[in-house]
Amino acid sequence: MNLRARIQFAAAAFALALLAFAAPPAVSADKVDPVADEKAFKKFFYDKFPKLKPEDFVNGPYSMDADLYKQWQDKEQFPPYEFSLELGKEMFSKPFKNGKTYGDCFPNKGIGIRQDYPTFDEKEGKVITLELALNRCREANGEPAFSYVRDEMAALTAYMAFTSRGKPFNIKVPNDPRALAAYENGKEYFYTRRGQLNFSCATCHVQSPGERVRTEVLAPALGIVNAMPIYRSEWNGMGTTSRRFTTCNSQIRGVPLTPQDDEYRNVEYYLSYVSNGLPISGPGARP
Amino acid sequence: MSNAPLNKLGLIAATVLALSIGAAAGPAAAQSAAAEGQKLAFDRSKGNCLTCHAIKGGQYPGTIGPELVDIKSKYPNRDELIAIIYDETKRNPLTVMPPFGRNRILTDKEISAVVDFLQTL
Ligand code: HEC
Ligand code: HEC
Repeated sequence: MNLRARIQFAAAAFALALLAFAAPPAVSADKVDPVADEKAFKKFFYDKFPKLKPEDFVNGPYSMDADLYKQWQDKEQFPPYEFSLELGKEMFSKPFKNGKTYGDCFPNKGIGIRQDYPTFDEKEGKVITLELALNRCREANGEPAFSYVRDEMAALTAYMAFTSRGKPFNIKVPNDPRALAAYENGKEYFYTRRGQLNFSCATCHVQSPGERVRTEVLAPALGIVNAMPIYRSEWNGMGTTSRRFTTCNSQIRGVPLTPQDDEYRNVEYYLSYVSNGLPISGPGARP
Repeated sequence: MSNAPLNKLGLIAATVLALSIGAAAGPAAAQSAAAEGQKLAFDRSKGNCLTCHAIKGGQYPGTIGPELVDIKSKYPNRDELIAIIYDETKRNPLTVMPPFGRNRILTDKEISAVVDFLQTL
């Protein structure tokens, strides 16, 4: 290669790298290709961690570190999310004031369906997460919505995840321009750097999984929502997906969005889609 | 990393350096600036460099960045360190290291103190 060609090559390689990590530009819907994304995304993580099996990734930080993994196995003997699971089960079966139950709002009475959420609602043209669907169910039955970041929501989603353990994520992006746009916006949000510290979600969970920030081991983005909700010793309690997303945004001195904001719903849609095929492992326990 | 001319960075660095000379005049002043720099580097609401770098004297370091050792022999030129802290994305657009100067996480004077501290490592 002569010098000029070399410079051009370097520039092209650089542009590609930027695409992969920095900010995928907003593309028109006909260029959105979830199938190709999923393949590339998985290949990136499988190449980076050749010793891990696909299903290992759903254990977050525990998959990254042998010592941590052992701690986790010990912990699973007496899972700290047990109380939440019990509460969730009880809440789930107890009828609302009108006599209906959560089960009446969901396919298969809500059992073993976690892997299908988020789903794209073609009527509304938007992404519906499990947390959102649960609150809509409450409101449709005359009950007030729960906080997205507190124990009740964590308990309900813990129980629904538990009845779905081992089922592979089965997220669909229908060939509808609105669904493709939601998917693409979620992806863009995930890779866009923001805030004073100039971090994107990908800075930590794609570029640095397995590394420690202070004492915490960063989870890989592949399989990162499979274990939600999670018990965290540091929180001394349970956390929903909403809680985790807003906490990550605050940690980077950014202003978190409102839980279940369209952008968070789209990010969850993107992250869940690219983890298709990996088993639900929630509720999870974390250091 | 080479000591090649810093082109674009030179200007910023030179400005920062000019500002810093006053702050770091005399050995006693340099020493207290280094102590101040260490505080800034370890403070979670300031540099919080320990989140990513192991640094002598700091507890619970992260592993995202390289350990900060032998900095003085690796970067004999102070401007280069200022440039890295000011905005490492200039040198490496994909870096995860925050642009402390550009995004005003640290003032020029604070960066200068952190560099004084780095030069003791
Ligand atoms: C500065 C680093 C950083 C950034 C940026 C960041 N996170 Fe995190 N994230 C963490 C840390 C630390 C944890 C806790 C350790 C772990 O589980 O990875 C975590 C945990 C998570 C978890 C739970 C994983 C598990 O298995 O416990 C999810 C989900 C998550 N982050 C999503 C996101 C999303 C979405 C974004 C962007 C909106 C984001 N993160 C941005 C640092 C970050
Ligand atoms: C979020 C992670 C992160 C934080 C916070 C961070 N750095 Fe870095 N730093 C890195 C990474 C990663 C590198 C490796 C070079 C690169 O990515 O361009 C680096 C490189 C460096 C280097 C060059 C080291 C060498 O051996 O070549 C210096 C000096 C440095 N950082 C100083 C600092 C100082 C001082 C602070 C705090 C004021 C800081 N860093 C905060 C991630 C970080």
